[in-house]
Amino acid sequence: MDMTQTLMVALVCVNLAYLAVTRLRSLTRITAVQGILLAAAPLAVLGQDPHGHATTLALGVLAIKGIGFPWLLARTLSRLEVNPVVEPYLGFNVSLLAGVAGLLFSLWLETRLPFPPGLFPPLLFPAALTSIFSGLALVVARRKALTQVIGYLAAENGIFLLGVPLSAQGSVWLELSVLLDVFVAVFVMGIALHHINKTFESIDVGRFCSLRD
Amino acid sequence: MELFGLSLACYLLGALCALVFGGREAANRLAPAAAVAGSLAGLAGVLGAPVSAVSTLSLPWGLPLGAFSLGLDPTTRLFLLPVYILGAAAAVSGSLHLAGHEAAHAGGDRRGPHWFCFNILLFGLSLVMAARDGVLFLIAWEIMSLAPFFLISLHDDEADVREAAWLYLVAAHIGAVCLIAFFTLAMGQAGGSSFEAIAAAASAGRLTAPTLLFLLALVGFAAKVGLIPFHVWLPDVYAAAPSHVTAVMAGGMINVGIYGLWRTLELLGPPALWQGWLLAALGLASALYGILRALAQGNLKRLLAYSSVENMGLVCLGLGLGLIGRASGNDAMAVLGFSGAVFHMLCHAGFKGLLFLCVGEVLAAVGSMRIAHLGGLAKRLPVVGGAFFLAAAGIAGLPPLPGFLGELVLALAILTGVDLPGLLPRVGMAAALTALAAVGGFALAAFAKAGGLAFLGQPRTPAAAKAASPAGPALVPILFLAGCLLLAATLAPGLLGLAGQAALAFPGMDPAPARTALAGACAIARTVSLYSAGIVVLSLVLLWLRRLLIAAHGRRRGPTWGCGYTAGTARVQYGAASFVEPTSQILGQPMGLTRRLDMDPGLFPKRAQLFVTSPDVIRSRFFTPLFEAIARGCDALKVVQHGRVHLYILYVLATVVLLLAWKL
Repeated sequence: MDMTQTLMVALVCVNLAYLAVTRLRSLTRITAVQGILLAAAPLAVLGQDPHGHATTLALGVLAIKGIGFPWLLARTLSRLEVNPVVEPYLGFNVSLLAGVAGLLFSLWLETRLPFPPGLFPPLLFPAALTSIFSGLALVVARRKALTQVIGYLAAENGIFLLGVPLSAQGSVWLELSVLLDVFVAVFVMGIALHHINKTFESIDVGRFCSLRD
Repeated sequence: MELFGLSLACYLLGALCALVFGGREAANRLAPAAAVAGSLAGLAGVLGAPVSAVSTLSLPWGLPLGAFSLGLDPTTRLFLLPVYILGAAAAVSGSLHLAGHEAAHAGGDRRGPHWFCFNILLFGLSLVMAARDGVLFLIAWEIMSLAPFFLISLHDDEADVREAAWLYLVAAHIGAVCLIAFFTLAMGQAGGSSFEAIAAAASAGRLTAPTLLFLLALVGFAAKVGLIPFHVWLPDVYAAAPSHVTAVMAGGMINVGIYGLWRTLELLGPPALWQGWLLAALGLASALYGILRALAQGNLKRLLAYSSVENMGLVCLGLGLGLIGRASGNDAMAVLGFSGAVFHMLCHAGFKGLLFLCVGEVLAAVGSMRIAHLGGLAKRLPVVGGAFFLAAAGIAGLPPLPGFLGELVLALAILTGVDLPGLLPRVGMAAALTALAAVGGFALAAFAKAGGLAFLGQPRTPAAAKAASPAGPALVPILFLAGCLLLAATLAPGLLGLAGQAALAFPGMDPAPARTALAGACAIARTVSLYSAGIVVLSLVLLWLRRLLIAAHGRRRGPTWGCGYTAGTARVQYGAASFVEPTSQILGQPMGLTRRLDMDPGLFPKRAQLFVTSPDVIRSRFFTPLFEAIARGCDALKVVQHGRVHLYILYVLATVVLLLAWKL
C-alpha cells in the first residue's frame, strides 16, 4: 500500500471520527487532523513537483486548514461559553452507521461513474465523497451551530480533495481562491454564531423554528 | 441603426443619472431629459430611414448562449414609433407631476428609483422589439416586464397600489413562463437561438410540435396584451399606476405582446387555418367583452383599461384575419388584415396615451377619477377637455380621425374574406363584421359616457367645481401628442401605406395581389380623408356662422342640463350608473352587471338611489378560485418548511445523493 492510499484510509477514518466524538473540543482537534492530512494530499497525489506548486499548495492548506481554522474554532468555542458536549439529533451510533453508508455509496459510485483513466488515484474519490457526506451528516444530525460550521468545513475539505488531482493542470490559483472563499465563509459564520448566541442565548439551531413564517 | 443605438445609450445614461442623483430634484430633471433625448434619437432613426429598410447589428457578448443581435425592419420600426412618442411625452408629463411634492412621501423620495425603472422600461421595450435572438429576446422581455412592477408601486403606501403591483407581477410572469417554454423548445429543436435558425427549422419542418409552440406563444403574449381571459390585471394596474406610467404601458408596452405574436407567426412558418380563426375569435371576444365592460365602469382609468382590452382585441382580430388570408391563399385579405392590425395598434397607442395623460391632469386637478366626482371639467380645464374629446372621438372610431380608418381596413379585410370557399367561413365573416360594427357602436357609447359625464354638465363635487387648469408646461405633452395625432389624421393614407409595408414583409406573401389590395385600401383612405376634410371645413364654416349669429343676436347662459327648470342641481344629470341603466336592461347579463335600485315605495319617493356594479366575472369566478386552490396546495406543502435548518440540509443531501445515483 503506497503513501497515497494510506493517507486516504486515514482520511476516511477521520471522517468517521467526526461522527463519533461527543465533545466539541475533540471535533475541533479532528478538524486540525483532517487539515494536516489534507496538506499532505497534494504532495502524495501530485508526486514529483518541479515547480513547487504542490509544496506551495500543501503549505497553504497546512496554514489555513491545519492551523488557522481549528484555532479560530477553538477560540470561538472558548469564548462562547457553551455546553462542551455535542448535542445530537441523531444518536452517535446511528450517525456512524450513516457515515459508513456514505462510504459504501461512494465506493459503489466510483465503480459506476465514467472517470478519465488515471485522473483519480485509487481510494481518493471515495475518501473525498465520504468527507462530503460526513460533513453534511454532521450538519444534519447535530444541534449546535458550531458543529454545523465544522460540518461545512469537512464537506468543503472533501471538495478540496476532489480538486487536488485536477490542480496538476495548473489550477493552483483557483484552489487558493476557493480556500479564500471558505476562509471568508468561516469568518462570517463565526460572526453569525456570535449573533445567534446573543439573540437566542444559545447556538441551538433548533430554535430557528421561531423564525419561520 | 446608429440612432437606435444612441437611443438605447441615452436610456441607460438616464437610468444611471437616476441612480446617481437618487433622492434629489436633479434625478427628476436629468433622467426624464435623457428619456426624451433617447426617444427623440430613436424617433429620428425610425423616421429618417425608409420604413422598409432592413438593418442588423451583432455585438459580442460574454454569455455562453444566445447572441447580441439586433435588427430593424418595417415591423420593428412601426412598433417602436409609439414607444418613442409616448416615452417622450410621458417623461415630460411625469417629471412635471413629480416635481417638488414627492419629497414629502412617507417612504422617502422615490423619484430616483422611479426614473431608473422608467428609463429601463423604455430600454427594455426597444430592445425586445429589435432583438433577433431568442435568448436576448427573453432577457429583454424580462427587463421590460419587471420595470413596470416598480413603476406601478410608486405610491406603495396605498394597499390598492401594492395589490395591483403584485397582480401585474403574477400576470406578467404567467406569460413569461410560457414564453420561456416556447423559446427553449423552439431553440432546442432548431439547434440555434437566432430567429433565423428557428425560422429555417420551421420551414424545413424540423419543429416537432408546432401546435404546442403556437399555443405557448399565444398564451405568453396574450397575457401581456390583455386578451381575455388574461385581461384581469389591466383594470387594477392602470387604475393604480401613475398616469404617465399608464400612458407608456397602455400605448407602448402592451403592443409588445402583439409584436411578439407577429414575430412568432413569422417564425413558425406557414400558418394553419385554425390558428387564424382562433386568433380572430379571441380578438372579437376580447373586443366585445372589453367594450361592454368599459361601458359599465364608473372609474375613468378602469374604463380606459377595458377599452384597451377592446382595442387589442381588434388588433388581434386583424392578425387573425391576416392568418386566415395567408392560410387560405387569399393574400388580399392577408395584407388588409395585417396592415389593419398594425394601423389600429398605432392609432390606439396614440389615442390611449393621450387619454391617460389627460386623465392624469384630471386626477391632479380634482383628486379623483370616479365619474361620480367629476363633471363640467371642459369649462375649467379647456385644453385637457379638448384633447380628451379629440382622443375619445379617435378611439371610438369617428371619421375624421385615423381610428375610423383602422376599423374600416379591418372591415375591408372581412369583406374580402367573404369570398372564402365554404359556407362556414362566410358565416364566420358575417358574424365578425356584425361584431365589429357592434363594438364600434359600444365604443362610441363608452366614450360618450367618459367624455360627456366627466367634462360636460355641472360639477358633481366641490372639488370638481374648484378644479384649476394645469400650468402651461404641463399642457406641453398633451398638446404634443394631440399635434401628433392631428398630423397622423392628415397623413392617414400614407400611414396606412407604411403599415402595409410591414404586412407585405410577412413571409410567404404573394406581392402582386397584396399590393393591389393595399393600393385599393389606400385609395379608399384618401377618399375618406377627402370627405373628412370636407366635414372639418363644413364644421368650421358652421362654427363661424354660429359665432356671427350669436354676435348679432346676443345669447343667454343657463346651467347645463337646466332644461328650463329654475332650480336644477348637479344631481339631475346622468350619472355613471344611470348612463348604462338602459343598456343594462338589455345587456345586463353579458355585461355582468348587477343593478340595485333603492327607492321608497309610493308615487312620490323621497329617496332613490341606483347602483350599477360590474364585478369582473372572469376574475371572480375563474382566477380567484384557481389561485385560492393553488394557495391551499402551497399551504399544504408548508409541512416541509418547518424552520429546522439541519433538515433543510438533509433535503439538499438527499437531492445530491439522488442526482448522483440517478440512472447509474
